[in-house]
Amino acid sequence: MSRRGPFLFFVVLLFLLGIGTAYYRHESYYIPFLPGAQQTVWQVEARVEYVADGGPTQVFLTLPPEQSGFRLIGESSASSGFGFEITADSHQRRAHWTRRSAVGQQVLFYQLDFVQDPTHEVEPAAAGEPETQTWDEPYQTAAYQLLQSVLPISADAESLAQQLAFEMSRRGANQNLSLLLDRYRPPVLMASLLNAAGVPARTVQVLELQDGRRRQDLRELVQVWDEHSWRLFDPLRGQVDDENLLLWQTASPAVLEVLGGSRSRVTFSMISQTRPASTLIDQNQPGFALSLYSLPVAEQGMFKMIMLLPVGALVVVVMRILVGLKTSGTFMPVLIALAFLQTELVPGVVSFLIVVAIGLMIRSYLSSLNLLLVARIATLVVVVIGIITVFSVLSYQAGLMEGLTITFFPMIILAWTIERMSITWEEQGPREVLVAGGGSLLVAVLAFLVMDQTVTRHLAFNFPELNLCVLAVILLLGRYTGYRLLELHRFAVFAR
Amino acid sequence: MSDPTNKTFGRSWISPWRLARCGVLGMNRRNIAYIARYNPRDRYPLVDDKLRTKLVAQKARLNVPKLLHVVRTQHEIEVIERDVANLDEFVIKPAQGSGGKGILVIVGRDGDDFVKSSGARISLNDVKRHVTNILSGLHSLGGKQDVAIIETLVKVAPLFARYSHEGVPDIRIIVFRGYPVMGMLRLATHASDGKANLHQGAVGVGLDIGTGRAVAAVQNNRLIHLHPDTGADLHEIEVPNWRQILLLAARCYEVTGLGYMGCDMVIDETQGPLLLEMNARPGLAIQIANNAGLVPRLRHIEQLEDYYVTVEDRVDYSMATFRHFPAARQAELEFVEDGAAAPRT
Repeated sequence: MSRRGPFLFFVVLLFLLGIGTAYYRHESYYIPFLPGAQQTVWQVEARVEYVADGGPTQVFLTLPPEQSGFRLIGESSASSGFGFEITADSHQRRAHWTRRSAVGQQVLFYQLDFVQDPTHEVEPAAAGEPETQTWDEPYQTAAYQLLQSVLPISADAESLAQQLAFEMSRRGANQNLSLLLDRYRPPVLMASLLNAAGVPARTVQVLELQDGRRRQDLRELVQVWDEHSWRLFDPLRGQVDDENLLLWQTASPAVLEVLGGSRSRVTFSMISQTRPASTLIDQNQPGFALSLYSLPVAEQGMFKMIMLLPVGALVVVVMRILVGLKTSGTFMPVLIALAFLQTELVPGVVSFLIVVAIGLMIRSYLSSLNLLLVARIATLVVVVIGIITVFSVLSYQAGLMEGLTITFFPMIILAWTIERMSITWEEQGPREVLVAGGGSLLVAVLAFLVMDQTVTRHLAFNFPELNLCVLAVILLLGRYTGYRLLELHRFAVFAR
Repeated sequence: MSDPTNKTFGRSWISPWRLARCGVLGMNRRNIAYIARYNPRDRYPLVDDKLRTKLVAQKARLNVPKLLHVVRTQHEIEVIERDVANLDEFVIKPAQGSGGKGILVIVGRDGDDFVKSSGARISLNDVKRHVTNILSGLHSLGGKQDVAIIETLVKVAPLFARYSHEGVPDIRIIVFRGYPVMGMLRLATHASDGKANLHQGAVGVGLDIGTGRAVAAVQNNRLIHLHPDTGADLHEIEVPNWRQILLLAARCYEVTGLGYMGCDMVIDETQGPLLLEMNARPGLAIQIANNAGLVPRLRHIEQLEDYYVTVEDRVDYSMATFRHFPAARQAELEFVEDGAAAPRT
């Protein structure tokens, strides 16, 4: 016990490493922790229509910036005959269609898929100093007077914007405001007034997300900087909840620019879908290639099984060290449990019992032949294969498809199990066989029940690093010196 | 037991805290804190192979049943055939057998035939076939090729005859760092089929380390007073030559280098205590038979400042320290205490 400190440190390190890696991968690749997790995916389609003049033509469509609450998972364009690329500068991404010559009505599509994910955070770009506003008279005076009336009853950027929106919503009440609104659109006016008051603000184009809506236009709203983040305001209604608002454009120039065409228009259609989160794993992140997903599908299927083995081993360790159950063959129960995963529990247990029972009968004959061990086991392997073959054919003839799954049992393991049980029978009697066999079956069923949980399967395959935690627990149990549960029964005589 | 509602539970289960207070050693703790710590791995083959055990023991002048022949290969059977034909009583056993498997006990002759302990008669050819089976690994763990040992038959001291249904009663002593710490007499019963294995229904009689007298007796984890087959009062048992037995067991420590082990011995009518075999992983049932836990005694030995004393000193120290009954003779007790005190000064 003298090396207890470093040992505990090592165990805790392993545990944290497992948890940490899993959490990191959950965060960066969006691998869900729970198998049933669902996420809302929006498909937004921008439809650009215009009439081409006949010469070279170019179309620029501003694309939504990266923003909190929405995670882009895919984008594509459908536009035959056009070249397409996505360009990006420091603050805006744009779709760019090009064509040498086009005549007449043109329709271009751009589709983007994104996940509505409240945990997705993007650091907002801080606003710069508000631009100085220049107004023509009499608007300069009207704006000055309006601000003079609103500033005293506001405390900060947010309340100022709120007050302005309130004033604008009852436009007739204030003459200065009426004058200004005749000249400026409400969002532009609100942004300008806020800037004039020294509050950074800008007009933005947003798309209201509503499932199944077609031919929608963008809405113009105002974003106000409140020292930490941008707040969305509807100039006529006040602050708005931006949960279902997709920020499409935050800076000039216009959303749509068409060169070599006219009567251009962009409209938006959208649908939302609920998809299992596991299909939305971000496979493009660097480092993802190191995961099991990068393997061919057949090997992935195999690893789905292999990654369950440590959990099964943990069950065996718990049952033997903490409970004290006897099993015949240390890890035989795990392999039997793996077979149960293929056969389902009841058919698995029944066919296991049948094979072992018939095998034991044949083995008792073999023991009178005085064979050497290797020959004895080899004979048993052949016998087990024979039993399995006959069993499969018979059950198929009888119309029981469950019988066919018996082939999933590891035959060498079954042969060894029969051999061991038979030796136990001869040396210690049938009672010990029942104890060890029953113990093995119980542990196998328990291991099956644990491994068969969808949560276990999901975590084992998607977060193989969690096996480090399993390892840490196994190591810890390996140093357990307390009593086993069944010893409390065995030594019950001391209770007198 | 005082709580009537808890009666059945209290009988079949015990709380871990109470068990710990009784000082009972559990399997996990035995494996980690004693076997893994005190038994060097390279010493295991010495005790797992009965032939090696016997050779080492003979070399160290420990009393063992006399080795008559060793049969290593098939053709050696023909070589020893004539010798065996002249023997009246002997035992053939596999060197690496486990749980008493493959042991053939011949107690007499009937003309050319041999008489087994059960009374059945077998021919010389049957004996040869038994040896062949042993050599082919039929009885050894994992089916390894094995060696057959032919040794003299142990004759049960008449004192024990009425306590044992069939088979030879053997004495198991747990020796920790050379100190005998707990002892038990194992008696075969009808239920155990002549085998002295506790979990097969043999009777275990806990023996007082100080005197060799019975402390308690159990069968199938239940305390009993009378032998289930012979009806003899088990609590009257007092093993003769007790100090000699402990000395034999304690000497095994130097011979094997195993810090935590079980020594199995028998008492022969004429030769006295004989070492049968040693076990590097002795079971825990001995605690039930003694109605006492091993932990306090093991702890006591672990905390001894000087354990580097002679075999005699160690045995006397154990007899004085782990004594359950007052010693029969006062003089012996005083000698014991002197013996224990001497090396500490």
